[in-house]
Amino acid sequence: MSRPRVFEKPLGMRDWLPDELAKRRRIEARVLRRMAAWGYREIETPTLEYDETVGKASATADDQRFTLFDRQGLSLVLRPDMTAPIARVVGSLLADVPLPLRLCYRASVFRRQRKEAGRSAEFPQIGVELVGDGSADADAEVIALAVDCLRAAEVARFSLAVGHMGFLTELLQVTVPEAVLRDELKRLLARRDFVGFRQAVGRSTLPDAAKERLLALLSLRGGVETLEEAARVAAGVGCGAALDTLRRLWDVLEAYGVAAHVVFDLTLIGHLGYYTGVLFEGYAADHGFPILHGGRYDHLMALFARPAPATGFALVLDRVWEVSALAPEPGPPTVMVVYDDAHRTEALQTARRLRDEGNVVVTCWVPDADAADRAAERAGGRVLCFVDKGPAACGPKTGREAR
Amino acid sequence: MTEGLRVALPKGRIFDEAVALLRRCGVPLPAELEASRRLVLAVPDAALTFILAKPSDVPTYVEYGVADVGLVGKDVLMEEEARDVYELLDLGISRCRIAVAAKPDWRPCPAPRVATKYPRIASAYFRERGQQVEIIKLNGSVELAPLVGLADRIVDIVSTGQTLRENGLVELETIAEVTTRLIANLVSYRMKSRAVDELCARLEAVIRRQRTEVAP
Repeated sequence: MSRPRVFEKPLGMRDWLPDELAKRRRIEARVLRRMAAWGYREIETPTLEYDETVGKASATADDQRFTLFDRQGLSLVLRPDMTAPIARVVGSLLADVPLPLRLCYRASVFRRQRKEAGRSAEFPQIGVELVGDGSADADAEVIALAVDCLRAAEVARFSLAVGHMGFLTELLQVTVPEAVLRDELKRLLARRDFVGFRQAVGRSTLPDAAKERLLALLSLRGGVETLEEAARVAAGVGCGAALDTLRRLWDVLEAYGVAAHVVFDLTLIGHLGYYTGVLFEGYAADHGFPILHGGRYDHLMALFARPAPATGFALVLDRVWEVSALAPEPGPPTVMVVYDDAHRTEALQTARRLRDEGNVVVTCWVPDADAADRAAERAGGRVLCFVDKGPAACGPKTGREAR
Repeated sequence: MTEGLRVALPKGRIFDEAVALLRRCGVPLPAELEASRRLVLAVPDAALTFILAKPSDVPTYVEYGVADVGLVGKDVLMEEEARDVYELLDLGISRCRIAVAAKPDWRPCPAPRVATKYPRIASAYFRERGQQVEIIKLNGSVELAPLVGLADRIVDIVSTGQTLRENGLVELETIAEVTTRLIANLVSYRMKSRAVDELCARLEAVIRRQRTEVAP
C-alpha cells in the first residue's frame, strides 16, 4: 500500500461517532447492570500482554494476533480475547481469593483478519467468566445470563445453539480408531463442511455401523428431543456423562425460563481445540454473523498455575449494536449562555448553577450585541443572553429568553 | 426479519443445471428467469427470493447473510477458502474437475510457471507436493498461456476435456473433483432452520432419485 492519506485508519479499525457511541454506551450500561445483578464484578486488564503466555493461551491463531516487540525484544500482543488475561489474573493476583469467581468485562479485543480489508480487526466485547464451578448448573447460569443480557440489549429475535465438545470427542474417539481421520473429521466439522465430512466417512474403511453413526451425528440438532436421538446414536460408545450434563443443563434452563431460546446442535465445535465441554453460539434475526460466543474451557486455568473449571461468554458488541432496538438515551435539555466581557462573571455563575441543576450548558463569548444575535440564531434550544442591549432574537416570541 | 429464503444462484456455467434441479424439486421458478436481466427475483408463492450473482461472489453473499443459502461450485469454495458458511449438500450437478494441464511435450523445468484462475488452489496444490512454482493469475482463456509461452502448465476446470484437446493440451493430474454444493449462512441455518431443512430434504430426494435412475 502507498502512504496513508489523512482520512485513513488502519484496516479493520473503526470510529464511533457520538450518536453511535451513545447507543453503544446505553447497551453496555444495561448489559453491565444485568451482569452485576448476577454477582459478576467488573475487571479491567491491560491492552498489551505477553504473546508467549496470554497470546498463546488464547483461541486465536498465530497469524491472527497483532504482535510487537518491547525494548527487551519480548513479544507483546494486543489482547486477542479477554478470557486468557482474566485467567492470568485469577491465577496470580486473585490466587488467594476462593473460587468460584464471577468476573465481567467490557473491552476491545484485536484480531487480524485473513480476508478482505473491510473486516473488523478491533472487536468491542462485553462478557463474563465464571471460574471454579464445573457443574451443569454453572453452564446453565452463563447461558441464562447471556439470554438476560440480549434481552437487556433489546435484541428482538435471537437464538442460542448449544453443543458439547465432550460428546463429540468421545463419539469420535470410540468410533474412529485412527487419529488422522479423527482429526480430519473434527477439522471438517469446525469448518462446517458437512459434504466433506460425509465424503471422508464414505471413503474410510470403517465398518458400516460406525459410518452410520458418524453420518447420524450431522442431524443431531433441534430441541430437547435431540438428546434422546443423540443417546440412540451414541449407544454403546460412551458419551453418557456429556449427555447427562446436557439433560441437566436443559432442566436448569427450563427452571430459569430461558429454554425457549435454546436449541441443541451436537456438531458445534467453535474454535478448534479450545472448548472442552458445553459450548454455545448466539444468533439474531437479520444479522448474518453470530453475535455471541461462549463455552466451557476447563484446560485454560492450568496454563496459569491454578487448574480449575471455567466457563463464560462474550457479546460481540458491534454486532449487538446493529440489531439492538435501543435508541440513544435522550439527554437533558441544552441551554446556551451567551455573554460579553461586561457580564462574564454573572453569566458563568448562572451556567454553573444550571449545570448543577442537571442541565447541559454550553457557553459562548461574543464581542457585541450583533454577534450575540447571530449566536442565538445558530443555537437550537434555549438561549440566555448576558449582553448589553439584548438582541432581538432573545425575545419571548422566539421562545428564547433575554436576560 | 425477512421471511422466506433468499437463494443465491450463480450465473454462468452452473446456472442452467441449477435451475433445472430446482424446478425438479418443485420450486416454481419464473419462466423469465433465464431471459431476464434482473438480479433479484421474488417468488412470493414459494416464499423464495433468488439473487443472481457472479459464481465467485456467491459465498460472499451467503457469508454476510444477504442470501440465506446459495448454490456454488466446489471450485469456488476451495478458492474462497476462508468463507465461514455451512456446506450442507453435494448437489451432484455440473460435475467437473480441477486439473493440471500442459502441452504434450511438457518436461519439468527449473523455473516453472503455472497460469490459472485459481491461484489459491494451485498454490496450495504445488506446495503440498513440495514444488515451488510461480503462479500467474489469469481471468479467462487460461489455455492460451502455454500456447503463447506465458506459462508451462495451467490449472483449470475440465469437464469434457474438449477445450484442452482443441488447444492441443493434455491433462496431467487431477487436483480435485468438483460438483455444485448447497451452502448456508451461519445464522440462517439456525434462525430459518425449518426452511433450510425443507429445501435440503427436497433437494436430497431429487438427487437420490436421479442417482438410482442413472445407476444401471
